[in-house]
Amino acid sequence: MRGEKPRLVSEDGIRHDGRRLDELRTIKMEVSILSNASGSAYVEFGKTRVIAAVYGPREPPQRYMVLPHRAVLRCRYHMAPFSTDERKNPAPSRREIEISKVIREALEPVVVSEAFPRTSIDIFIEVISADGGTRTAALNAASLALADAGIPMRDLVAAVAVGKVNGYLVLDIDQVEDSYGEADMPVAMAPSLNMVTLLQLNGVLTPQEFSQALSMAFRGINEIYRLQKETLRNKYLVKVE
Amino acid sequence: MSTQTEQKVERVLVAPGDKLAEGDYRILTPTTAYRVGNSYYSSVVGLLELNTQEKSLKVIPLKGSYYPRVGDVVVGIVSDVGLTNWELDIRAPFPGILYAVDYLGRAINPSKENLKDFLDVGDVVVGKIEVFDRTRNPIISTKGKEFGKVVGGALAEINPVKVPRLIGKKGSMQSLIESETNCKLVIGNNGRVLILCEDKQYEDIVVRAIRKIEVEAHISGLTDRVKEFILVEKVRRGLVGNERRET
Repeated sequence: MRGEKPRLVSEDGIRHDGRRLDELRTIKMEVSILSNASGSAYVEFGKTRVIAAVYGPREPPQRYMVLPHRAVLRCRYHMAPFSTDERKNPAPSRREIEISKVIREALEPVVVSEAFPRTSIDIFIEVISADGGTRTAALNAASLALADAGIPMRDLVAAVAVGKVNGYLVLDIDQVEDSYGEADMPVAMAPSLNMVTLLQLNGVLTPQEFSQALSMAFRGINEIYRLQKETLRNKYLVKVE
Repeated sequence: MSTQTEQKVERVLVAPGDKLAEGDYRILTPTTAYRVGNSYYSSVVGLLELNTQEKSLKVIPLKGSYYPRVGDVVVGIVSDVGLTNWELDIRAPFPGILYAVDYLGRAINPSKENLKDFLDVGDVVVGKIEVFDRTRNPIISTKGKEFGKVVGGALAEINPVKVPRLIGKKGSMQSLIESETNCKLVIGNNGRVLILCEDKQYEDIVVRAIRKIEVEAHISGLTDRVKEFILVEKVRRGLVGNERRET
């Protein structure tokens, strides 16, 4: 499969789907889409579509989970069987368990869990359609859903992935670019606090490329962050006559 | 018509992470706003009230869950019957504990009496949170003439953060609804409202008014709109004609 590499970025810096190197995919965000959850969100990055639901703070399902000083954050990232080209086994895979963990750890520093001791806050993320960058889309959706649930957060978390394709650094890489690219680096941060909460790197980048990729991610994150806030505000602004 | 406070503080819609102010302010709502260094940030989607004269700020959340506090009036539903106590669902992360000694006012003998005979699963109880801290479940008491088992009326639910809007300034909204519809409201801080009406049609109006308050709580001029809403609903149901002439 990796035999011959297709050319995904042209000489004048236009990508296979017509985007510039530092251009995000079309983003759509919505909150309060599920009536039974305390908070929920839908996030779309091009063909990547994700739903997140938040329940709680509520009593943890098992007594042993409770923490005496703060709420436990539980997170489940799951890909729907129909989200990929080839049917995905619905059983949680090793990859999904790991992503659940990194998403949880990316959100833990912002959620004010000390306000709710002995409770649990549950986040369920379902990938409806996967086209690369699902963990970053999932993180964006989860942080929106938490805010929608009214759970106190120090800041929203916004995330985006930067990749290296045909020697070019590109923002918000999709499935094709990820599978034929040389590197993939998801970054999540809380922009107001200037705090990075997730940083992964798959592949090889030189130190110069790394810092360049990071500043590229920051620019993307600020754009996403702005959209997230707009989405949260719009929910209440529409009702003003 | 309605008495409006002279000093009107402007309200701004804020989201988590929004910078509220810089300098030295007093935070009136510690869970929804926080301070880092010299700056203040919001931690929820809410309305900011910044008082530059008194150097205080508060963020009123627009959505949230109920977290018990000592002294809160709660409307609970019995979810479990134990040997000496009941567990109540009070829409909090913890069950409310109601001890039989508190409820009955006497000691009971578990081998002779069954608590199911007094309160069974599904019964509604109005009580007050007597004891609660972060290490224990809230303990409910029903001492007082306004508390105890509920035998009639309708139950409505509202988001707990909107309860202050439903009560209004010094109870203005509650008394407005009560006087306009001749109903009595028992508003629990946990967002459950007990509606005691004589007429089913008025009950409907009250439920709709509560829904309206929940949806429009963050838009100013709420009391006037609710007043108008109740009047329109009364006219629509043909309830208003003769009653207006009487008064």
